Amino acid sequence: MSRKEPLFWISLSCGIVVLAFILMPLLEMLTAPSPEMLRETLKDKDVVRSIWLSIYTAASAAGISFLLGTPLAYLLARRNFRGKRLVESIIDLPIVIPHPVVGIAILSVAGRNHWFGQILSELGIRIMGSVTGIIVVLTFVGMPFYINAVKDGFEGISPRLENVARSLGASLGGAFFRITFPLAWRSMLVGLIMCCARAISEFGAVVIVAYHPMIAPVMIYERFEGYGLKYSQPVAVWLILVCLALFLVLRILALPRKKEA
Amino acid sequence: MIRVENLEVHLGEFHLRDIRLTIPPNGFFVLMGPTGAGKTVLLEAIAGLIPVAGGTVRINGKDVTAATPEKRGVGIMYQDYALFPHLTVRQNAFFGVRYHGVDRRTSSERFRRLTEELNIGHLLARFPGTLSGGELQRVALARALMVDPAVILLDEPLSALDPVFREDIRLLLKNLHNTTNTTFFMVTHDFAEALSLATQAAIINNGVIEQTGCILDIFQRPCSAFVADFVGMKNIFPAEFNGSLSRVGDITLKLSRPPLSAPRFIAIRPEDIIISNVPPEPAVPNVFRGAVTAVIDQGFSYEIQLELKKMTFRAMIPKGGLIGLGLEMGKPVHFHLREEAIHTF
Repeated sequence: MSRKEPLFWISLSCGIVVLAFILMPLLEMLTAPSPEMLRETLKDKDVVRSIWLSIYTAASAAGISFLLGTPLAYLLARRNFRGKRLVESIIDLPIVIPHPVVGIAILSVAGRNHWFGQILSELGIRIMGSVTGIIVVLTFVGMPFYINAVKDGFEGISPRLENVARSLGASLGGAFFRITFPLAWRSMLVGLIMCCARAISEFGAVVIVAYHPMIAPVMIYERFEGYGLKYSQPVAVWLILVCLALFLVLRILALPRKKEA
Repeated sequence: MIRVENLEVHLGEFHLRDIRLTIPPNGFFVLMGPTGAGKTVLLEAIAGLIPVAGGTVRINGKDVTAATPEKRGVGIMYQDYALFPHLTVRQNAFFGVRYHGVDRRTSSERFRRLTEELNIGHLLARFPGTLSGGELQRVALARALMVDPAVILLDEPLSALDPVFREDIRLLLKNLHNTTNTTFFMVTHDFAEALSLATQAAIINNGVIEQTGCILDIFQRPCSAFVADFVGMKNIFPAEFNGSLSRVGDITLKLSRPPLSAPRFIAIRPEDIIISNVPPEPAVPNVFRGAVTAVIDQGFSYEIQLELKKMTFRAMIPKGGLIGLGLEMGKPVHFHLREEAIHTF
């Protein structure tokens, strides 16, 4: 695209508008609270606890997605079967359902009026207002991102590599763990980041299932409702900073190394 | 040895039907056929990588039809080599060793021999992403042979290589075949490759084996119009037969002997048509006079099209021959169809 063409300037202007649109509110929020206030906020045990809970529950959701989602993603990437499209659509459902609806849907299954809820309560598992409930919600909304990312990753690995591994004597499991898994770990990491990012930002569904214990977004909302913008900003800044730091580390890990390129 | 009987594979719209092949122990077998004929599918079916709908596959006498790929002793090498990109050359080569209960001394001795024969000693610490086509090829061969498979399936191993490398690897394959007990089963497009390496061959088309047998027989005595055309028998004509004479269009050809079955066609390879400016001795049969209607450059040779009584014969002459014979369009020449080279089917 040459500088002489009008399209170049249209693209450039649109790009600047988009970046400004994303960065302006974020920068404003990050710079609004004074360092003093940020320091003070960090001394607030409730804030630290809520941020920690956010990270812990999001990471658990990612962990569960990894355990349950990886085999499913592998199946979807390697096999064609009747109803595969349907399965894929079902996996994508949590992405398109409005967040509060997710919360209500989960509660309606986990409640005492439902047989599944009764089994859970007999087992002593509480969903409503518990950490377990938060993890369930976050897994529900985050899992599709993990599965889709990892499925794409598996699809990018030639089945011929596994075929050769089999012909050399490896079992299906051996071929998976020695060939496919090491080649797909990067897309798994990306999937985990996507899943975590989605989970950590969830508010609408969590607030219905578990207002307490408070995850960071709920706490930010509560501060905003109770004390106003000024008091919610420092918590938000800390949440953003912690998340950015975590994702940055994971991103760096996910960068391709030169020797394998 | 490999024995495939009545093998059926159904993959969506594509079908392999009633595949029967027998490859003797330590044989070198080539499978030829046009693109999409089912060559790779057949390889994968023998290796157990795709489900078969019927028939049996036996490796060294053992029925492996229901066995998983790792229990067959069948190595496979794909056209794109499929080296493991995250492992070094050495790790690639040793990948399968742990599954075969080979003691360390035997495997390192085998590794030493293979690295030497394949000349990959200087590549051992490298990753596949940094290797050239010929190097990838040799590493893939080493990896497959490290586990001393009963059978190795090679899917067009030479097609992705430069012609110079191709010659090298061809010699290498021949050597490896001679020094191991492994049965080689190779898919190829290249007739020179097939003729120089294989003892036996099969032609596959559209999921069906058209012909199988000794490689020379396939080239010299194709059993169907498809095989004849595929192996380069460009002169195929419908014919009527009467004893050792055959009537092709308006000309009569003398055969070396009366055909045994009831053939419907004759075929002659282009290189078996001899062109000359002067008529051969009158006693020689099957000499005709026709006009040159086309001269087509084929790289190392020319295809000469000759017209005779509304039939077009295709002959092949080496590059130098064109000048020697002074061939040009419309020039009348004599051409001789040797009796022994006329094939009927």
